[in-house]
Amino acid sequence: MKLHEYISKDIFAAYGVPTPKGHVAATPKEAGKIAKDLGGRVVVKAQVLVGGRGKAGGIKLAENAKEARTAAEEILAMEIKGLPVRKVLIDPAVEIATEIYLGITNDRAARQPVIMASAAGGVDIEEVAAKTPEKIIRAHVNPLLGLQDYQVRDLAVSIELEREHWDAFHKVTQGLWQAYQRSDATLAEINPLVITKDGELLAVDGKMLIDDNALYRHADLEAHRDIDVEAPAEVEARENELTYIKLDGEIGCMVNGAGLAMATMDIIKLFGGEPANFLDIGGGANAEKVAAALRIILQDKNVKAVLFNIFGGITRGDEVAKGILEALKQIKTDVPMVVRLVGTNAEEGRALLADANMITAESLAEAAQKAVQAAQGSK
Amino acid sequence: MAILANKDTRVVVQGITGREGSFHSQLMLDYGTKVVAGMRPGKGGEWVLDGKVPVFDSVKVAVEATGADTSMIIVPAVAAPDSILEAADAGVRLIICLTEGVPIQDMMRVRAYLDFKQVTLIGPNCPGLLTPSQTKIGFIPGNISMPGNVGVVSRSGTLTYEVLNALKQEGMGCSTCVGIGGDPVKGISFIEVLQMFEDDPLTDQVVMIGEIGGTDEEKAAEYINEKMTKPVVGFIAGKTAPPGKRMGHAGAIVEGGAGTAKDKVEALKKAGVQVADHPEQIPEMLKK
Repeated sequence: MKLHEYISKDIFAAYGVPTPKGHVAATPKEAGKIAKDLGGRVVVKAQVLVGGRGKAGGIKLAENAKEARTAAEEILAMEIKGLPVRKVLIDPAVEIATEIYLGITNDRAARQPVIMASAAGGVDIEEVAAKTPEKIIRAHVNPLLGLQDYQVRDLAVSIELEREHWDAFHKVTQGLWQAYQRSDATLAEINPLVITKDGELLAVDGKMLIDDNALYRHADLEAHRDIDVEAPAEVEARENELTYIKLDGEIGCMVNGAGLAMATMDIIKLFGGEPANFLDIGGGANAEKVAAALRIILQDKNVKAVLFNIFGGITRGDEVAKGILEALKQIKTDVPMVVRLVGTNAEEGRALLADANMITAESLAEAAQKAVQAAQGSK
Repeated sequence: MAILANKDTRVVVQGITGREGSFHSQLMLDYGTKVVAGMRPGKGGEWVLDGKVPVFDSVKVAVEATGADTSMIIVPAVAAPDSILEAADAGVRLIICLTEGVPIQDMMRVRAYLDFKQVTLIGPNCPGLLTPSQTKIGFIPGNISMPGNVGVVSRSGTLTYEVLNALKQEGMGCSTCVGIGGDPVKGISFIEVLQMFEDDPLTDQVVMIGEIGGTDEEKAAEYINEKMTKPVVGFIAGKTAPPGKRMGHAGAIVEGGAGTAKDKVEALKKAGVQVADHPEQIPEMLKK
């Protein structure tokens, strides 16, 4: 789960990382008030969970409260890469001397967190990583020991940070590590970490991703979930304990198991079709869940055919068949459906569906070919 | 012969009294797996599965009383890290953790601790393993495979069943099938399993089923190129997956341009692996 900049920075601040003393606003009036209280120049920043908001005009400098109010009004009316701006952050503007990059993420190959620092901060770090990888200094952190002080000193030396800033850098880096670890983050990033003209270190932008599997112990963070980034159908799927991802094709898929669901999408493409979605109904799915899944698939008006590929193990073929019949009672549709049931109770399932006017298939290849034909036929 | 587990493997099930735990333990018993003990704190002294399996309060006691050498973990994600550590400290040689949804930072700590222990972990978030006609530890349905000379290793669950089933339709059986799981940080990897198959006299060919995310398949390709003499057929799921979207499994995500199906297929082909376009082509490729 992605966290907004203002929430990420609040978390960093709670662990001792210096951040600008700004506040978030949902209306131009609030924005003006915050700017007035802060006094002086401010930056008004769109709070949206996509990159490139600066280029899209989502960050504006304002000289006073009146300008801040106008800037907020403009930004709050924007949509950035399809996402509405619902909040703006008003931070005091700072005089920047230097910009540093500092981030912690999981290195899955090393099975350890990795901390990265670079003197080339303030820009797209993936671009730095691609073009000049030597400018990013990396250190792996032993997950049992945590970030060691000598590692922080090594980073400071490697990015050629002046000695007068070492103590402040230590505080920021250990604070970021604590924030990362205690929030179960998969990414905690400050870009840029600014050295101001007054010689202070300040995290002017922040980004955190939280491990979805760990949200059960972070109800406070879950409360900040921004569902704008998810398609409405994806939210509905999550509430029904289904995993659904909308794609652009015309063949809806319902599969049990993530790997098989991906393989099913791939084989549709192989035979000349395009998958409309990824949908994993999980193990042991019952009739209700199957019905919810079918409703979600058919909400997508691009869908010209539906392919069910169920390999029964824990999931039973007859339960899936009942779910399909149940859903078809509720939804009137003429979208053709191709069903392939294999494994546990597959025969019982097929018998149930015999009168339902569905296309059946034995093999995966046959099922995919029939779905592609059906989609073309119904165009 | 088989790798990792055979008919003599003695299994303790952590979480045997749960709905899923008891259901799958029963299927394992029916298959012939030696389920010698169950573990559930607070239920020690009870007997479950028609009075055939004793339950203990701790894995340590279960191991002492029954000689269990392998633990299967089927507990909620909240309890899984603790369960893995308990099994490791109780002295089993193999731990198979089926549980899905374990936080990644927990798994990083658990892995770092296991490095000091003489124990092999499979999973978490995996379907377990099957040595046909000998033992089944986990979810893999017993009736979709038969004994044979093909070793199967996979990051996926039902996709693996699909492949086992396709092999069986063509009269081909398997030595052992290992589901290593779909999480980004896990126990044994492709390379370790490939190594075991390379050394196993009854495995003649290997099927490796990978998916998008991470670089495990690329590393496996390097290993195959340098060390393996037995033929390998591969399959990679997720060619149509969009970047930045997690495809169900916590580990199945293309991030920062790394971990695409295209890269993995190329790496495998370079290593001399035949890569199937879809799972049903695999038996045919093995016959060549």
